Amino acid sequence: MSARDEILGRIRGALADVGEPDPARDVVLDWNYGQPLPMDDVIARFVQRVEDYRAEVVRADEAALPGQITAVLQRHGATAVVVPAGLPEAWRDAAGAAADVVVEQRRQPLPHDELNRIDAVVTASRVSIAETGTIVLDHAPDQGRRALSLVPDLHLCVVREGDVVSDVGEAVGLLGISVASHRPLTWISGPSATSDIELNRVEGVHGPRTLVVLLVG
Amino acid sequence: MTRRTPDVAPVTWLGMPAFPANAKVQLANDRQRANLTHATRTIRAKRAAVVSEVDDWEQLRLAGAAIKDRTLRHLDTYLVEFEKKLKAAGATVHWARDAAEANQVVIDVTRAAGADEVVKVKSMATQEIELNEALEEAGIAAWETDLAELIVQLGHDSPSHILVPAIHRNRSEIREIFLTEMGRYGRAAPDDLTDDPGRLAEAARIHLREKFLRAKVAVSGANFAVAETGTLVVVESEGNGRMCLTLPETLITVVGIEKVLPTFADLEVFLKLLPRSSTGERMNPYTTMWTGAHGLDGPRDVHVVLVDNGRTNALADQFGRQVLRCIRCSACLNICPVYERVGGHAYGSVYPGPIGAVLTPQLRGHTEAIDASLPFASSLCGACFDVCPVRIEIPDLLVHLRRQVVDEHKRGGLGLERLAMGVLGEVMGNPHSLRAAQIASTLAGKLPIPGIGRKLPGPGASAWTTSRDLPMPAAETFTQWWRKRSDAPGTDEEPDR
Repeated sequence: MSARDEILGRIRGALADVGEPDPARDVVLDWNYGQPLPMDDVIARFVQRVEDYRAEVVRADEAALPGQITAVLQRHGATAVVVPAGLPEAWRDAAGAAADVVVEQRRQPLPHDELNRIDAVVTASRVSIAETGTIVLDHAPDQGRRALSLVPDLHLCVVREGDVVSDVGEAVGLLGISVASHRPLTWISGPSATSDIELNRVEGVHGPRTLVVLLVG
Repeated sequence: MTRRTPDVAPVTWLGMPAFPANAKVQLANDRQRANLTHATRTIRAKRAAVVSEVDDWEQLRLAGAAIKDRTLRHLDTYLVEFEKKLKAAGATVHWARDAAEANQVVIDVTRAAGADEVVKVKSMATQEIELNEALEEAGIAAWETDLAELIVQLGHDSPSHILVPAIHRNRSEIREIFLTEMGRYGRAAPDDLTDDPGRLAEAARIHLREKFLRAKVAVSGANFAVAETGTLVVVESEGNGRMCLTLPETLITVVGIEKVLPTFADLEVFLKLLPRSSTGERMNPYTTMWTGAHGLDGPRDVHVVLVDNGRTNALADQFGRQVLRCIRCSACLNICPVYERVGGHAYGSVYPGPIGAVLTPQLRGHTEAIDASLPFASSLCGACFDVCPVRIEIPDLLVHLRRQVVDEHKRGGLGLERLAMGVLGEVMGNPHSLRAAQIASTLAGKLPIPGIGRKLPGPGASAWTTSRDLPMPAAETFTQWWRKRSDAPGTDEEPDR
């Protein structure tokens, strides 16, 4: 007998006491999925929670955004920047005003060691969560593949105020479509961190040590 | 053949002494006790603060328990659905009855990828099946990439906590380990390394970066597996998980069959419960979700190994099966007065603390002394149930398992509880020993050495009280008091002598 058939057989044997074949009827669940969390100001909560993680938040309107991209890159001394091919052209040009820009084409990913020599990355994002200060990427063309927003040490992430929801439930509801089309998701809450040494929080281990959120209203 | 990864002290759970003997050894380690006290208190306080922010926490716990029960009671249905969705998303699905089968799958897939090393995301399942040693024997080097797991691996050590496995090490020990060992297995630590946590984390970043960039194969576990979509979820903090899940060409994920959830929407409940219960954060820094292979984004060759390894034993026990709700948050470890004092190593399993005491004997059975003693490694104070995000009734399970162990030993020989009761019975059943024990106890209470008076004298009993303090004994026994009282002038009652 195959391992699969044997394990499934063991499970069915172990569950001989379960009479009701419909899982939803067998175990009733009292939970309303996808509900918003009431809060006075979703955007203010988001900013506060992101800053709690010691990430930097820069607010700008649409017109001021490119200038802010250039300014943030300059302030952090970035010399080489990678952007995904689907990033709006104005943002790419703004990055180019601060540093050398490599545009990664979807069908031609950079070799790992080349990506490892790049200081910074600029991406968009899919949805963000105020209560937890979380940004979710679904790696659509304006966000690039997963490695792009991981290997460079500085991540500039553009979040639109309209994409910020109150809590996890709403976000999961919105992300169902991305997952159904087999897109991977990366949930980011602040820069990478560890508390493994005497529970002292250290920001910055393997992922980007600096996260700058450009919040566009 | 020379080893490729750091040698580990041989840990064989089989034949390991029972919990009280292990606990005694661990309690003698003062540094570990101090580290554990600091760590568990810190995490407890953080957890309590972020949990108190959530108004509907109790509803969340109930929902978490119900979703898990729904899954477990229809596990065959959900596993078959999960397998189908995974295959449709381009993943290869393997099933493993036990640890040996699971390890063999990982070895075969790694060899097929032409690799002789793997990078690993911290995973309880792969520790449970002792994958690293199986790979080492097959000539494949497994590199742990979580900072704490790296400290444990380079320290030739074993983990002592589910979430912070190097909780028993302090910064100066970690510096020593990095300076001595890193250079033997890759990029050396800088000579001027200090014990500043930031510098230590930086050394790990540099040491592991070359391994991430060159690795062809990664091995991970998963926190959740969504049947509806075939999605796997890894929750982490450092980004080592993202590195492993993204950069190599081949990814092998080892998943216990109980990790499956019915729908993607169910993640809402667990992504609220887990980080708050685990690290005491509103959300952990990074969570990765992937559904099979994604073209040029991440690994092209995606494998999933569904592991039983005793889980169906637990499932067959109608009361015991709730242990499979566990999402490995470790809140029960941090709140447990026994764990706080003895640490993880005493439990003789990769799953320590209260959850380990109820999970391990159900996965492995209780024929070994260590496994049979685990349900007794608790004072039944109930704090573990209060903090459990999926409402596992750990105290009731402990009692349930104690009964099983006692029943089994009644059939096979002298049981643990009978042994304990036997000692007590001997002391209390004989008036001479009772008086002697009482006097010994009051004398002990008068001794000027702190601590001594708060341990039970005698074999068996002393092992139990090494880890806990008894109330101070009275200055005199009742019979002494009665005698004195009746000797006093003006008292005409005569005690019966």
